[in-house]
Amino acid sequence: MTALVVRGGRLIDPAAGIDGLKDILLKDGHVAEIASPGKLKQANGAEQLDASGLTVAPGLIDIHVHLREPGQGYKETVATGTAAAAAGGFTSVAAMPNTRPVNDSPEITRWMQSPERGASIRVFPIAAATRGSKGEAINDFAALKSAGAVAVTDDGYPILKDNIMRETLAAAARVGLSVIQHAEDTRLTHFAGGGVAGMNAGSTAFKLGLRGMPSEAESGMVERDIRLVTELRDARVHLHVAHTSTAAALAAVRQARRSGLRVTCEVAPHHFLLTEEHVGCYNTNAKMNPPLRSASDRDAMIEAILDGVVDAIATDHAPHAIHEKEVEFEHAPNGITGLDTALGLSLRWLHKEWKLPLGRVLSLLSAQPAALLGLKGRGTLTVGSFADVVVFDPNAEWTYRARDTKSKSRNTPFDGWTMQGKVHWTISEGRIAYASRS
Amino acid sequence: MNLTATPARRQLHLPPAPTSPFPYNPGSLLSASDLPLEQISHLLARATALEDQDPLARARILAKRRIALLFYESSTRTRTSFELAAKALGADTTLVSSLSSSIEKGETLKDTGLTLRALGAEAIILRHNSSGAPWLLEAETRLPVLNAGDGMHEHPTQALLDLRTILTHLRPGIEAVTPDTLAGITVTIVGDILHSRVARSNMLLLPRLGARVLLCGPKELLPDLAAQAGPGISIERNFEAALRQSQAVMMLRIQAERLAGLQLDLEQYKANYQLTGQRLAAQAPDAIVMHPGPIIRGLEVTAGVADGPQSVILEQVRNGVAIRMAVVERALLAGAVAEQGGRA
Repeated sequence: MTALVVRGGRLIDPAAGIDGLKDILLKDGHVAEIASPGKLKQANGAEQLDASGLTVAPGLIDIHVHLREPGQGYKETVATGTAAAAAGGFTSVAAMPNTRPVNDSPEITRWMQSPERGASIRVFPIAAATRGSKGEAINDFAALKSAGAVAVTDDGYPILKDNIMRETLAAAARVGLSVIQHAEDTRLTHFAGGGVAGMNAGSTAFKLGLRGMPSEAESGMVERDIRLVTELRDARVHLHVAHTSTAAALAAVRQARRSGLRVTCEVAPHHFLLTEEHVGCYNTNAKMNPPLRSASDRDAMIEAILDGVVDAIATDHAPHAIHEKEVEFEHAPNGITGLDTALGLSLRWLHKEWKLPLGRVLSLLSAQPAALLGLKGRGTLTVGSFADVVVFDPNAEWTYRARDTKSKSRNTPFDGWTMQGKVHWTISEGRIAYASRS
Repeated sequence: MNLTATPARRQLHLPPAPTSPFPYNPGSLLSASDLPLEQISHLLARATALEDQDPLARARILAKRRIALLFYESSTRTRTSFELAAKALGADTTLVSSLSSSIEKGETLKDTGLTLRALGAEAIILRHNSSGAPWLLEAETRLPVLNAGDGMHEHPTQALLDLRTILTHLRPGIEAVTPDTLAGITVTIVGDILHSRVARSNMLLLPRLGARVLLCGPKELLPDLAAQAGPGISIERNFEAALRQSQAVMMLRIQAERLAGLQLDLEQYKANYQLTGQRLAAQAPDAIVMHPGPIIRGLEVTAGVADGPQSVILEQVRNGVAIRMAVVERALLAGAVAEQGGRA
């Protein structure tokens, strides 16, 4: 394999405590050497990338994406989803199992990682916790783990039954896997004769004449799960709360952490930036599950990110075809894309506006999610780690245009928004997975 | 940029609130809140003028213009009055209903709208079972879209005809409305508020003219947060207490088709909320009794009240034709005026 030198950039590696001007040598898919500018010893003959004025950081890691394969290649494929991810600065994504069929087997788990899928970055499958994600029969976690699954979840649906969730937490802990819960008490959110509302219950939903999903449907499920973790009394148990959207759910996570439980959570950019008001006049690109919540919920997301309760920013990238979203609000599928905009929005708002240090923002997008799922050698650039690197201009402002995406879909509420931080190169295991044209 | 709600501990600059691109077409009537008071006054004045006009002269206003009525839900009053209104102005109308068209075969609202436009429709009157459908149709076709009722959301022409009815009885002689035209008047809306587009449109419209809107019903059909839908709205769950304060009482039907699994004890409901002759005589002997229809006699109102001297229910129906003539005229002429203005 060829060698690559990223020269003259500001290396920020939060996990290693590095923030300074460094040259970095990538060789055979790994970080081979880090040195002060011009001081690399083994760089002879290596291709050079000039990163002067740019920031060099561990490649970003999104632990919550929907790549839609197998089964829904018209929305996204592993190839197009990872191409969009690379353009967004990501070098690893964890792919949710709500595919067609559901990824509840070692065969599908391996299929998703096969080179034939054409991924431009690393894909880590998350397997279904139960057969068909029906919440009834638990899958063989040891077999799924050896096929490459990094966690289990029934995402899209909760594991509703107490006994099944308890058993899932215990069985996953025995093989060293995390359980990711889509926290939604569907008994409070599904209506006879209708699907999922994709709208927060509250006065905005009332005004729009839409059925709403109460915040208790999320927080109640998180509280139930934390109670199960407490009862299991097993330090290996790890509960991760996906796409946290309510103040009450965050409060429960905060409390669980104080009690020393291994409970983590992620927040999506749309939940720390937007509120139910952004549904506007039935904008189906502002419809997702969990829905955009109240202003006080949104404010609680920001608070929890700034004070460290949130462990990861994850996009819940959920591509849908244009024709699926150009319908009546109640008939539109839930979900928005997110891989293009996560870094640009995080830098624009968390860093520039709300003064979260750059290292903390990057940690939420790389080191912490890597630690959360136990992705060894990822989320850091110490010597010997995977050569997963993002090189970006942290000060560049640009306008996001959904039509420019490499994703197959463009269902985003952030079309036309100002982003900060322009990705110049994304390097996945030593290969350039994305290079900006400018 | 907007500074909206701020967190307790920090003052943060937040992303801007969304801005609405609607309505795209100046002839559209999507929501009762779209209309400034001057336009409401104009529509009321036009309703009266058109009603009084010689039918042959009136039929020249929109002669041979094409208007489509697109109905995804059954309707008697709204559909017939829109159709009569459009025809009274000379327009050609065509009715497309979900049960006798390609909608049954799975055609989307977008494609149906584009098809009607290609067939020469210059405006579409839409009744739809999904809240927000008129916004989608307007965005996709950019035609004037008249909302004839969308799901549980709005029914703006009903609110306008209700306003005309209220004015006739409680503020006779007034046609130009102001922010205090209805000051001192309490309009009570009773029953299934949660599922009612009539309630929502009236709640948005009447307080802007100074009326107080009182909502009355059981919790399952009237959540507390309904009072936050806008200014001038409050909740009184005791029907007698609400009646005592009312100059107009608007009774609503329980919308069995939208209950979505909700179980209601109808006997209990009638005991608490049915408008009977006795209740009316004891608590609101001078109030007008309104109902958008369809009435379920013996449920929300007794036959005696529906047919009684305080009932203005059929007058509401008659006002529907006059108001809809004005709204249909505006749909096609407002656009033309804006277009000419744009070119000049």
